[in-house]
Amino acid sequence: MGRRPPLGDSHEECGARVTEFGGWTMPVRFDSIRAEHAAVREAAGKFDVSHMSELVVRGPDAAALTERLVSCAVGPLAPGEAAYGAVTDDQGVMLDDTVVYRRPDADGHPDYLLIPNAGHDTEATDRAERVRATHGLDATVENATERFGMVAVQGPDATDLVADVVTGGSDLGALDRFEATMASVADVDCWVARTGYTGEAGVEIVCPWAATAVVWDALDCPPCGLGARDTLRLEMGYLLSGEEFDPETKPRTPFEAGIDFAVDLETPFVGRDALIDATDPEKRLRGLRLLDRGVPRHGYLVLVDGDEVGHVTSGTMSPTLGDPIALAYLSRPHRAPGTDVAVEVRGDPVSARVVNTPFLDR
Amino acid sequence: MTIDYPDDLLYRDSHEWLTTDEPRRVGVSDFAQDELGDVVFVELPEPGDPLAAGDAFGVIESIKAVSDLYSPVDGEVVAANEALFDRPELVNEDPYGDGWLLKVEVATEGDLLSAEDYQGLVA
Repeated sequence: MGRRPPLGDSHEECGARVTEFGGWTMPVRFDSIRAEHAAVREAAGKFDVSHMSELVVRGPDAAALTERLVSCAVGPLAPGEAAYGAVTDDQGVMLDDTVVYRRPDADGHPDYLLIPNAGHDTEATDRAERVRATHGLDATVENATERFGMVAVQGPDATDLVADVVTGGSDLGALDRFEATMASVADVDCWVARTGYTGEAGVEIVCPWAATAVVWDALDCPPCGLGARDTLRLEMGYLLSGEEFDPETKPRTPFEAGIDFAVDLETPFVGRDALIDATDPEKRLRGLRLLDRGVPRHGYLVLVDGDEVGHVTSGTMSPTLGDPIALAYLSRPHRAPGTDVAVEVRGDPVSARVVNTPFLDR
Repeated sequence: MTIDYPDDLLYRDSHEWLTTDEPRRVGVSDFAQDELGDVVFVELPEPGDPLAAGDAFGVIESIKAVSDLYSPVDGEVVAANEALFDRPELVNEDPYGDGWLLKVEVATEGDLLSAEDYQGLVA
């Protein structure tokens, strides 16, 4: 058994099927992935994402440290603002991706909350401490992963649904995407952010570990598991750590992964010097839509005229589109939208077309 | 949700069922469809194709999983349920009815279990 989220018992009681993910035992589905997926696209669903890591950086040099840890611009963030960035090594290879939130100042100093992927918390903390030491910075680094629970509420009705249980203070309706605020949710003090991993409107709520159940139970919408979270993110072309990038098995830069918008080369992040001349890489992540029957899966080959030109990093039958979709790294001659390729499904080539992501208009 | 194990069917330990009356049909059990979750793709053989008991004859895929289908009989395919090509979810909705996979001509049955024994195996 892996690490258990604060809602572990509750998930068990309601019969959720669980899976090991990033070292955590997490619900993969409560009902049916298709039903959970549809709830989020059409109304709202709630996800226990307490397996995500939390790293808190604060102190006089918190900004100087955080901007070295992530590829996005940290300096311009005001309290209550957020940005998405890559975490890269000194070769520019992606180790992780994370949202960075600037929370209200603490003791007159900036306070940043980073959300590394599940199971990356120790590594992210160690790395932050190393960077701090290298540059002699004055900031504290806290691995707060087991101090916070995290619940995502996503879907067109999600923000209203959460606003209904906000018992004090903030007007969530006034938040734009990538803005956040402290709010009292069912009388629990939470950090509520207009962020998510589904392409829908909604919020992510970071709450005290022990109060996660209070927040969860107050949210009147179907619980959704990691299965639907994966199909929802894949329809948007969002990256999944371990699938689209992995420093050991799939070393990719942010430019290869297509998150150019998350890289500010004017900032001093680790990996910046290697990436400055790598902004137009040979391979880039692209979407594929299969034109015939078949379900593309991780690792399946992408072929052009029978020759291997890449492989699928993630694939599924899109519940929203009813068509098979995939992501794959493709080199320059094969990556233009509209290019005809094939995906080898159990030995047989299935026709496919290169498309831009997201697969859905959102 | 309760799982059904109709007692007029025979079962393979790999979760396929076989009718005992004509026309002989093959499908996957309620237990199997529940374990798989939403079925999104089914690959089936064509009429006339031979079947060998215990050999893979097709593939069933849910959103998360890919599983081989194993033949409960030696024999031949009479028909494949083409409705599943457009509506694979029929396997979830009605695994012993509209979600059937094949009609088969049975030469010899493989090693099959009663409903009670199958339920004892999986439940």
